[in-house]
Amino acid sequence: MSSVQVSERPALPEKRQLTTKPRFSDKVFRGVVTGGGLSSLLILGMIFIFLLYQGFSILHSQGLHFITTSDWNAAVDDNNVPIPSQSHFGIAAMLIGTLVCATIAVAIAVPISVFTALFLTFYAPSSVKKIMVTLVDLMAAFPSILYGLWGFFVLMPSAVYWAKLLNKFFGWIPFFSMQAPVFDRSPFVAGVVLSIMIIPIVTSIAREIFGQTPLDRIQAAYALGSTRWGMIRAVAFPYARSGIVGGAMLGLGRAMGETVAVYTVLNIVYQINWHVLLGAGGNVASMILMKFGEATPLEIKALMAAGLILFLVTLIVNSLADVIVSKSGKSGR
Amino acid sequence: MTDESENPEMETHVQPSSLAGIASAAEAKKAPGSSALGVGLEARNIHAWFGDKLALRDVSLDFWAGTVTALIGPSGCGKSTFIRTLNRMHEFIPTAAMAGEVLLNGTDIYAPGVDVTQIRLKVGMVFQKPNPFPSMTIAENVLAGLKLANLKVENKDDLLQECLERAGLWNEVKDRLNAHGGSLSGGQQQRLCIARSLAVRPQVLLMDEPCSALDPGSTLKVEETISHLSSSMTIIIVTHNMQQAARVSDYTAFFLSDGGPGELVEVGHTNEIFSRPKDTRTENYVTGRFG
Amino acid sequence: MSTISIPKPQKPWKATPRQRVETGGILLVSLLLAILLVAVSPLKGKLGYVGAFVVIYLIIDYAVVRFNHGKSAGVDAFFRGLVTMAIGVAVLPIISIITAVVVRGYKGLHLSLFTTDMQNAAFTDENLSAGGLKHAIIGSILIVATALVISLPIGILTAIYMTEIRGRFTRPIKFLVQSMSGVPSIVAGLFILAAVVYPLTKFYSSFEGSLALAILMIPTIARTAEEVLLLIPQDLRESGVALGGTQWRTVQQIVLPAARSGLVTALILGVARVAGETAPVVLLTGGGDGTQWNIFKGPMGTLPTYIWKAFGSGTEASISRAWTGILVLLVIVLVLFGLARFLGGRKVK
Repeated sequence: MSSVQVSERPALPEKRQLTTKPRFSDKVFRGVVTGGGLSSLLILGMIFIFLLYQGFSILHSQGLHFITTSDWNAAVDDNNVPIPSQSHFGIAAMLIGTLVCATIAVAIAVPISVFTALFLTFYAPSSVKKIMVTLVDLMAAFPSILYGLWGFFVLMPSAVYWAKLLNKFFGWIPFFSMQAPVFDRSPFVAGVVLSIMIIPIVTSIAREIFGQTPLDRIQAAYALGSTRWGMIRAVAFPYARSGIVGGAMLGLGRAMGETVAVYTVLNIVYQINWHVLLGAGGNVASMILMKFGEATPLEIKALMAAGLILFLVTLIVNSLADVIVSKSGKSGR
Repeated sequence: MTDESENPEMETHVQPSSLAGIASAAEAKKAPGSSALGVGLEARNIHAWFGDKLALRDVSLDFWAGTVTALIGPSGCGKSTFIRTLNRMHEFIPTAAMAGEVLLNGTDIYAPGVDVTQIRLKVGMVFQKPNPFPSMTIAENVLAGLKLANLKVENKDDLLQECLERAGLWNEVKDRLNAHGGSLSGGQQQRLCIARSLAVRPQVLLMDEPCSALDPGSTLKVEETISHLSSSMTIIIVTHNMQQAARVSDYTAFFLSDGGPGELVEVGHTNEIFSRPKDTRTENYVTGRFG
Repeated sequence: MSTISIPKPQKPWKATPRQRVETGGILLVSLLLAILLVAVSPLKGKLGYVGAFVVIYLIIDYAVVRFNHGKSAGVDAFFRGLVTMAIGVAVLPIISIITAVVVRGYKGLHLSLFTTDMQNAAFTDENLSAGGLKHAIIGSILIVATALVISLPIGILTAIYMTEIRGRFTRPIKFLVQSMSGVPSIVAGLFILAAVVYPLTKFYSSFEGSLALAILMIPTIARTAEEVLLLIPQDLRESGVALGGTQWRTVQQIVLPAARSGLVTALILGVARVAGETAPVVLLTGGGDGTQWNIFKGPMGTLPTYIWKAFGSGTEASISRAWTGILVLLVIVLVLFGLARFLGGRKVK
C-alpha cells in the first residue's frame, strides 16, 4: 500500500434546503393570494369551457364548415321550433370581414403610431411630450360607443371622400375596385375607426420600447456624425423592431375583438367581401351583437360557437403579441 | 506609414494665439515628430452647466495635432464633461448649457450655422463602454459611420481593412468580418469601436476612459493602438489610471474640483507632470495622496 | 489672483432667431403655395389643403436643408417633418371627438336630465327636455360599483401574488392577465350568458352585467396595482420581515398602506375601463327605461344602453339624446382619467 496518496479535494457539500415552518397566518395569506392569483387562469378556462359547452352541438354538427362556409340559416318549422338538421351555420364571411377590418386598422395605425412614438421619444421637448402623452393615453380611455358614434356621424363623410379618391386612383387594384357606388359603411370606414381606436395602444408600446434604446448606442451613432434620422434608422429601429411587431399584433387583437364601434359604422352583410371600399362587410363580434336580439335557441348556440372562435383567435393573437413584446424588452436587439 | 499625408490641410495651420499662462506647457514644447502639424483643437474659456449647476469652469487648453493628451483627475472633476464639449456631445443632456469657444482649424464649432454632424465627423469619440451596434456585422460596424453620414467611398474593402489594421484588430477578425459585433470580446469590441470612429477619417479622436471596462490584456492592446494612431491625429484621452496616462500620453492635464465646478489645475509634458508638477495639488494627486 | 467673472450660460445648439425666421418662412411659403395649388387644381376640401400643405412643406424643407447642409441633413429634415405630422394626425381625432361631443351634445343638456328617467318619455320626443338620464346614471353607478366589489379584491390579490409571493406561477399569471386584457367585451358577455344566465338565473339583471364587466376590469386593476406595488422599495418589505413580522402583517401594514394612492389609481382606471363598455351590458342587463335599484332583478338602464337605444331609434331627436348621453359619459371618463393622473403622480417619463 503506497503511503503517499494525493488526497482528492472533498466534494462540494449538498446545498442545504432552506426551509421554514410558516406561521398559520402566512399559510392562509399565501393560500388566499395564490387563489386570487390563479383567478385569471380560472376565468379564462371557464370562458373556454362554457362557450364550448354551449356551442359544442353546433361545432359538432357543422364541423369545419362552421369556419369555411358562409351560410347562416336557422331553419324553423311552422311552430317556430328550430330544426337542427336543416340549419346551417358558417361564419367564414364574418371571420374574413374581421380580418379585413383589423388589417386595414393595423395598416393605418402602425405607421402613425410608430412615427408618433418616435416624435415623443426623440423629438418632442419635454413640455410638449407631457401633453401629447396625456392626450394619447386619454384616447385609450374613450369608450368604444363614443368612437362608434363619432365614426358614424363625423368621420364617415370624410372617410367616404377618401374612399372615393382611393377608388379613383387605385381602382385598378382589386381590393379598391367597386361594382356599385356604395361607399358608406364599408370595411374601409370601419378600419379607419378601428385604426384610431388602436393608435393609443400601439403608440404606447412603441414609445416604451423606443425609450429603452440603449443610450450608449444612441451616443455612438451621434458621435459618428449621424443625423437624428440616421441614428433612428441605425440604432432605434433595429432595437425596437420586434417590439413594434408585437405592438402591432396587440393592436390587431384589439381591432378583431371590437364590437360596438364596428357595429355602428359597418353595414353588416352576410357575404364574403374583399372589396374594402364597398359598403358591405362583417365582423364576428358585431355579428353576434346583431343576431343576438332575435336569435332562436339554436342560433344562440351557434353564436356561442362563434364567440368561442373569436375568443380563441384573439387569445392566440394577443398571447403571441405578448410573447414578442416581452422578449424584445430583454434581448436588447 | 503614410498617415501623415491624410490631413494635408493641417500642415498649413498657424500657431495659436497664446493664452497667457494657462496653456503654457502646450506651447512650450512640442512632442518630437509633431512639429509640422500645429494645433488641432483649441478650447477657450469653456464653462459647462447642468441646469443651474456650474460643472466646469473656465478651461482653456490647446491640443496639438499628432500628440496624445491625457486628462486626469478624480471622479467628478469635470474631465468627461469637458471632453464632451469638444464634439458637442454635451448638448444631449436636456438641461445642459455652456460658454466659451472650441476652435477646430480656427473656426468655432459652436458658431451659429455650423452643422453639428460635420463637427462630429471631424472629432470622433470612443466611449467608456464598448458599444458596437449589435444588429450589424463587424464589417458593417466599421463602415456604419459612412452609412450614417451618407459618405461615399471608392473602395470599401480597402477602407475596412485599413481601419481595422490601424485599430490593431485586422488579424483577429479578418476571417469573420460577417460575424456580429457582439461576438467579440470586450477589448476587441472597443478596438472595433475605434476602427468605426476611424472610418470617417476624423482629425481628432476623443476617448472617454476607453479602458475602464477592459481587462489588463485588452487595455494593453488598446494602448498600443493609441500609440500607433497618435502620429496621424490628435488624441484626447480621459483616464482614471495614472499609469495609463504616463504610458500613452505626450501631455497631461490635471483637473480638480474642490466640491464646486471642476477646473484645470495644471497642464504640461507628461513626464513633467508626473516628475516635477508645479502645483502641490497635482503633486498630491499623482503621488497617490488622494483621488 | 483676480477672480475671473463667470460668463452667462448659453445654449448655442438651440435654433437661432435666423433659423426660426427661416422655418417660419418655409411654413408660410408652403401654406401660400398649398392655397394656390388647391385654387388652380382639382384638389378640394380640407384634405386637399392639408395634403397639399404637407407635401409642399416637406419638399421645400427638404430642398432648403439639402441645399444648405447636404443630403443626409435634408433627409433628416424630411423625416423630422413627417414625424411631426404624425403626431398631428394622432391627436386630431381626439380634438375632433371632443368638439363633436360637446357641440352635438350640449343641446340636450337640461336640469331635469338628472332628475327624470325615460319611463314616461320617448327617445323620439322632439322636446329634448322630456325625460332624462337619472335611471342611466344610477344604473351605471350600481353596475360599475358591483363590478368593482367583485374585481377589486381579485385584481389586487393577483397583483400581490405577482409582487409579494413570486411563486412559480408568477410568470404564467402575468402572461394570463395580459391575455385576459385582450378578451373582447362581447366574449365576456357571452360567457356570462353561457355560464350564469342560461343555466342558472334564466333572466336578465344588472348583476350579470356586473359580472361581465368585472372580467374586463380585473386585468386593468391587476396590472396597474402590480406596477404600483413594484414601486414599493424592497427594503421596506425586508425591514418588516426583519422585525419579525409575518409576511401577511408586512403586506397588510406596510406594503399596502404605502401603495394606497396607487391602488386607488388602479381602481379608477378599472372603473374608467368599463364605464362606457356597451356590448356586454346590452347583452345582459336588458337596458330598462325606468329607475331600478335592485341589481338582481329585472332590466336596468345604464349610460351605454341609453346611448345605444337612443342611437338605435334613429330620429333626429333620439340621436341628439344619444350625443347628450355621450357628453355625460365623456365628462365622467375625463374626470376619472384626470383623477387617476392626479393620484398616480404623473407617470409620464
